[in-house]
Amino acid sequence: MIRIGALIVFLAAAAAAAGPLVTPHDPAGQELSRRLEGPSLAHPFGLDELGRDILARIMAGARISLLVGISVVSVSSTAGMLFGSLAGYFGGRIDDAISRVMDVLMAFPGILLAIALVAVLGPSLGNVILALSVIGWVGYARLVRAQALRTREFEFVQAARALGASPARIVARHVLPSALPAVVVQATLGMAGAIIAEAALSFLGLGVQPPTPSWGTMLDAGRSHLFDAPHLTIFPGLAIALLVLGFNFLGDGLRDRVDPKTTSV
Amino acid sequence: MLRYLVRRVVLAVPVLLGVATLVFALIHLVPGDPAQSMLGESAAPEDVERLRESLGLNDPLLTQYGTFLGGLVRGDLGRSFRYGTPVTAEIGSRLLRTLQLALAAMAVAILVAVPLGIVAAVWRGTPVDHLAMTVSLVGISMPNFWLGPLLAILFAVVLGWLPVAGTGSPAHLVLPAVTLGAALAAILARMTRASLLEELRELYVLAARARGVSRTQAILRHAFRNSLIPIVTIIGLQFGAVLTGTIITETIFAWPGVGRLLIQAINFRDYPLVQGCILFISFTYVLVNLLTDLTYGLLDPRVRLG
Repeated sequence: MIRIGALIVFLAAAAAAAGPLVTPHDPAGQELSRRLEGPSLAHPFGLDELGRDILARIMAGARISLLVGISVVSVSSTAGMLFGSLAGYFGGRIDDAISRVMDVLMAFPGILLAIALVAVLGPSLGNVILALSVIGWVGYARLVRAQALRTREFEFVQAARALGASPARIVARHVLPSALPAVVVQATLGMAGAIIAEAALSFLGLGVQPPTPSWGTMLDAGRSHLFDAPHLTIFPGLAIALLVLGFNFLGDGLRDRVDPKTTSV
Repeated sequence: MLRYLVRRVVLAVPVLLGVATLVFALIHLVPGDPAQSMLGESAAPEDVERLRESLGLNDPLLTQYGTFLGGLVRGDLGRSFRYGTPVTAEIGSRLLRTLQLALAAMAVAILVAVPLGIVAAVWRGTPVDHLAMTVSLVGISMPNFWLGPLLAILFAVVLGWLPVAGTGSPAHLVLPAVTLGAALAAILARMTRASLLEELRELYVLAARARGVSRTQAILRHAFRNSLIPIVTIIGLQFGAVLTGTIITETIFAWPGVGRLLIQAINFRDYPLVQGCILFISFTYVLVNLLTDLTYGLLDPRVRLG
């Protein structure tokens, strides 16, 4: 499972990196006279409502998806590790304050808060990354906080403290390394979550704006052509589902390796 | 038990207050002037000023916050900028539709997932199990904004069996409910399988079989009933995902509920309505989670005593 996941992710990354070298078509190049044309040898995924090659746009869209995934996971895991270790290691008022903020953020279901943030900040790639990071760090912080609460009671940590190690050193040398495997699993699954969330926001018109090729905006455009050009809907959706499946496979597989007790259900 | 109930309810109050404060802060985060943003760049300055006055934007922030919280307690979320009607009335008129869709989706998910999970657990490790779990993994990975249009292409465009969008007949509910329920069904099937597998390992199942109870009876009457607690909890906890799912599903199928109202309000920069819809959805989510917690406490004494 982990290998299939890694293969899918590798192929998507290769498509994102080498897209322009693989397909001769420009993702922005229009052939209006051939708009909505179905799949053919020259255009395996067909052409969209402006006569643009859908395969080229899907490859360009992979860049946006991976860019959002990597950015959101980097920002939210860094913030989550920072706040989680602060809350778990120091406890007391710091823990109370951080935990209350997490409670409030978790009281918003799914991407509702991201929708709200993008609604007021305006739709753009940067705002999507910001909004998804604002809701994303909580998951990491909870993981690291729980691990910090456990680790700080271990004798070797108390010994380090007795020897005069600073809190920053204890967190960096003992707390974070023990939480890292779980954070890596969370980050892999977080990539899948961020990619779906970006596509959902773009689908709703709140994410990446046309003409930038994003899989979500491509699906949104396909909605007006369900009857006459279903290929506009089928291929971008397939790309999202495959990449998400790849990251889910990878995350599940990594989790099984990190913690043999939790076999995937 | 009463102490547990009171404690859980009291704990929910600061969360609700935090949610309300954050939503209030968000609307005041709008870069520039919200009134100008709502009316557009070409609006006359006197119109902008009139709107600022009517929205109370000229008052100090703390006064605005106090007015907002006071209104919230009275169930007054302000007036929609686009419709000119109270926000609560706009949400109220669409509430039943959203509830209808959410409940139908949950019914679809339960009807499909529970039998699938049971079959997978009972025939663990067989091709039936692998097939059921693969189907559910695909279900989890398939975003509803793709599944919805795909179902519409198949059942409305190709086969012509079901209407593609709108309301009016029970048939209109089928595609939105299946679209919204699919992800929940996938999660629920995996939970049912895992939970039933745990129970099937218990000695009481073996004892029942030794007493001559048939295999089906031992599974359904004994093991399955005990595996229900985590399943019911997951159904409650997943209600939030269903609620957010209505935003996309209602938009795809032009279903006139609160989710679609939110997106329309965002497109019209109708901030009072955006604020109202977000508050409504998140408050419902917190309250359903609270109810799930309370039910769990009722079902399992270890939770309320722990």
